[in-house]
Amino acid sequence: MELGGVIEYGLFFLSFVGIYALLSLGLNLQWGLTGQFNIGIAGFFAVGAYTSAILTTAPSPHHLGGFGMPLVVGLIFAMVLAGLVAVLVGLLTVRLRTDYLAIATIGIAEIIRLMLKNEEWLTNGVRGIPGIPRPFAETLGAGTLGQSDAVFLLVVVALILIVYLALEAARRSPWGRVLRAIRENEDGVRAAGKHIERFRLEAFVVGSMIMGLGGALFAHFVGFISPEAFTPEFATFLVWVMLIAGGSGNNKGAVLGALIIWLVWTGTEFLTSMAPPEYVTQAGALRLLMIGILVQVILLVRPDGLLPEETAERK
Amino acid sequence: MTDLLQLLVFGIVFGSILTLGAIGVSLIFGILRFAHFAHGDMMTVGAYFALIFVAQIGWPIYMALPAAMIGAALLAILIDQSVYRRLRRTAPVILLISSFGMALLLRAAVQLIWGTDNQVYQPGINVPYVVFDIRIKPDHLVIVGASVILVFAFHLFLKMTRMGKAMRAMSDNVDLARVSGIDSERVVIWTWVIGGALAAAAGVLLALDTRLNPQLGWNVLLPVFAATIVGGIGRVYGAIAGGMFIGIATELSTAVILPAYKPAVAFTLMVLVLILRPRGLVRGMN
Repeated sequence: MELGGVIEYGLFFLSFVGIYALLSLGLNLQWGLTGQFNIGIAGFFAVGAYTSAILTTAPSPHHLGGFGMPLVVGLIFAMVLAGLVAVLVGLLTVRLRTDYLAIATIGIAEIIRLMLKNEEWLTNGVRGIPGIPRPFAETLGAGTLGQSDAVFLLVVVALILIVYLALEAARRSPWGRVLRAIRENEDGVRAAGKHIERFRLEAFVVGSMIMGLGGALFAHFVGFISPEAFTPEFATFLVWVMLIAGGSGNNKGAVLGALIIWLVWTGTEFLTSMAPPEYVTQAGALRLLMIGILVQVILLVRPDGLLPEETAERK
Repeated sequence: MTDLLQLLVFGIVFGSILTLGAIGVSLIFGILRFAHFAHGDMMTVGAYFALIFVAQIGWPIYMALPAAMIGAALLAILIDQSVYRRLRRTAPVILLISSFGMALLLRAAVQLIWGTDNQVYQPGINVPYVVFDIRIKPDHLVIVGASVILVFAFHLFLKMTRMGKAMRAMSDNVDLARVSGIDSERVVIWTWVIGGALAAAAGVLLALDTRLNPQLGWNVLLPVFAATIVGGIGRVYGAIAGGMFIGIATELSTAVILPAYKPAVAFTLMVLVLILRPRGLVRGMN
């Protein structure tokens, strides 16, 4: 491969890492800090992606809108809508133990996926939404593809930096301490007079908004979205593997996990691509199988991840 | 009216299948205190186990069903002993993550071994009986009949055997059961035997009603959980009521809603029950 190709692939690779890092950071706020079990990441991811896509694409007879709005509006509303869905799920489940939250989130994610498939007036069904613009596409003009990849990566990195710094500040703040206390000892925090349900809801909603942002960026990066992209395998499970591998409770770990697991994931693609073409579907299943085994091994051997949570009192 | 009665028949069939899945989820929750997310995919694996006996050896379905149940029970023990057992000492929520990963692992394995195409046990048309304009397929009778027999056998096991009694004790109070000398590891193994075997039965019967594909069990995981929760999680007799309630309600809903939204109907009913009676219709656990 020539140098230009390598750089282009590197930009493409890192952009995906960036999108997954945002999902992983969102999950870290919910699971890592607060101990909330969200396995409906795909749902919030999809809401963000579709919201921004519908708002920013050119008008189309095949789905709602598009409204041709600027990208910033798309990103903001992606977060708002994902947040609203989270408020709904959160209000229903804050009082219940975490198993119910798990079931509720997976339920919402599946319902969202069913709607994406069946509500054609809204989403164009399985045919999906094409022509979603890249950031600064108009200012840059129709430049080379590599150029637009580089700009996209810069935007993603900037957003990750903002989210990361905000989450680190939140983690160190009294608010973050209460979240961790809830995770460790719910009754104790309640006895200390904190309104547990409110803290939980806040963490869940903010985490889901970050996932919505990740979804919007995904839509703008790939330019075309359909319900296929929001299956639990790719949009939920990989994110969990990333956070657990990186170290839940640690924001640096969340980002590192995204990088390493995406490297492993694309590595398995490289391995299985050497298989004969008639085994293509089997190769896909084999990749999932390998990741499935990997997560069990991590849970058994290194449950705290590569970068365990930093706490003063830990042994 | 005939239409509604027809849907009621479908509902009873679907409910019988859900009941078998929900008993396992409820039992596992009662004893191990976690929601087993790989249960749907355990159903899928069981359905494909039966396919081996039907397609390779040429057994009829009533012989393949028990064989698949034994296979799935062994697989469940294997999964428990190799993975879940080692995670049991940590928080139950780690088991939740592990079982979610196990769900995808099992599904990937099924895709790898049997491919992604739809398959059936026996090709050909299942000519329905027509009673008062209501069509009932012979397979429907097999499904409901097998389900009734299995649930009754499970009931006898719980009430009549020492192990059944130990299970009920552990489900009521783990610590109390332990101090009164119950071997909790043996109870856990029997929990997986029963959970796995009933899941396989549910999978085989579901495949008999529809078709085999790798998504078979995952697609009904939500209704199975709904049945478990509506019945009161951890209460195995409630699972029977929950299964029938969710099965009939979702089928009746197709009179007014797109059939594709069946899982959504099950989910909505579950949420309503959680809001109105947080511990389920039959009082379940915290």
